[in-house]
Amino acid sequence: MKFVDEYRDADGARRIAREIDAVTTQPWTIMEVCGGQTHTIVKSGLEELLPRNITLVHGPGCPVCVTPAALIDRAVEISLDPGVIFASFGDMLRVPGSSHSLLQARARGADVRIVYSPLDAVALAREHPERQVVFFAVGFETTAPANAMAVWQARRHGLTNFTILVAHVLVPPAMRAILESEDCRVQAFLAAGHVCAVMGWVEYEPIAARYRVPVVVTGFEPMDILEGIRMAVAQLESGRAEVENQYRRAVQRRGNRHARELIAEIFEVGPREWRGVGAIPESGLRLREPYLEFDAEKRFGAPPSAVPAENECIAGLVLRGLRRPPECLAFGNRCTPDAPLGAPMVSSEGACAAYYLYRRMRVRS
Amino acid sequence: MCLAVPGKLVEVSEAEDAAMRRGKVDFGGIRREVCMAFVPEAVVGDYVLVHAGFALSIVVDELP
Repeated sequence: MKFVDEYRDADGARRIAREIDAVTTQPWTIMEVCGGQTHTIVKSGLEELLPRNITLVHGPGCPVCVTPAALIDRAVEISLDPGVIFASFGDMLRVPGSSHSLLQARARGADVRIVYSPLDAVALAREHPERQVVFFAVGFETTAPANAMAVWQARRHGLTNFTILVAHVLVPPAMRAILESEDCRVQAFLAAGHVCAVMGWVEYEPIAARYRVPVVVTGFEPMDILEGIRMAVAQLESGRAEVENQYRRAVQRRGNRHARELIAEIFEVGPREWRGVGAIPESGLRLREPYLEFDAEKRFGAPPSAVPAENECIAGLVLRGLRRPPECLAFGNRCTPDAPLGAPMVSSEGACAAYYLYRRMRVRS
Repeated sequence: MCLAVPGKLVEVSEAEDAAMRRGKVDFGGIRREVCMAFVPEAVVGDYVLVHAGFALSIVVDELP
């Protein structure tokens, strides 16, 4: 496919890796923010192309992973209401709450449906006026325009049987939280290209300046990621800390104005709890007052505020780049995609799932 | 979840309201209906980046 295949070229990837090798004079630690990039890195074996003194640490950019167990518990509870059709992206279904997943709720009779787009959930609400349709609005800024449009269209269609359970999180506050933690090792970021396709990179400019950390907006194919690393290393080696854009084919500095405007119409910024990380102020989105009738927490009640105790899962450390998945004692034995202890093992963007799928043999040997 | 895939816009159905504008996008032979509300400037033949049924940006050939 055009704009995909040409960025997967093995010779091109080796060429960029040689360029990185040529400019690297000392150890550097770079975090890729997005779990989709983590999967490309592990799947393509990019770390093996890099000089030994470049360390990649995997970031918190897996919305499924950071959705609190209490909110999944609430989703499970709502889905078990016989009057409800609960719609969700497929990623969320196997993620464990404190006791059950949505998939287990479905096995107990809940009408849980996988949708490709939040507009499919709006269509379900129009087809089933006698049922309440609830959509699990999980995601980073990439998904926010889609969820905002679902609410906007629900209002336009006059729907009274459609709500969303909001678990929206934002990237820049998470980057700040990582940079401000005492044990931070991150010296440069690869910013998530698709988040920036929506939001642009203006928000990252004060972060680069204040924390003296290079930020490179980066795409998702192997050559994109290597080029992002090359640009980050070039900045680190020359003492610069700027925002640069590797993903020029899809991202502009101010992102997508139409999408940003609709997000701002429907949502406002508020505090949010991140699973494994804790509460981060001003790090999520919630519905604005005029749209609260579409808030599932208003219609069905808020989740219990107490966060249940977690098991031996070290997802919080993995999501902050402080541990790698194979360093977890449960990895690959007590925790697998079929029987996960934590969300990073099930999500298609989870770092643990990436290592389990692509690196298990090597890890074991 | 932030997965987004570039595809070629092959058909646009104009709507009275720009927010309801839809299109068909071809992903290497697989065609899907996509909401075009956020990229009103896209025309048939353009490549667009699609996430969760929404075109989020036009994909352009990079400068050499």
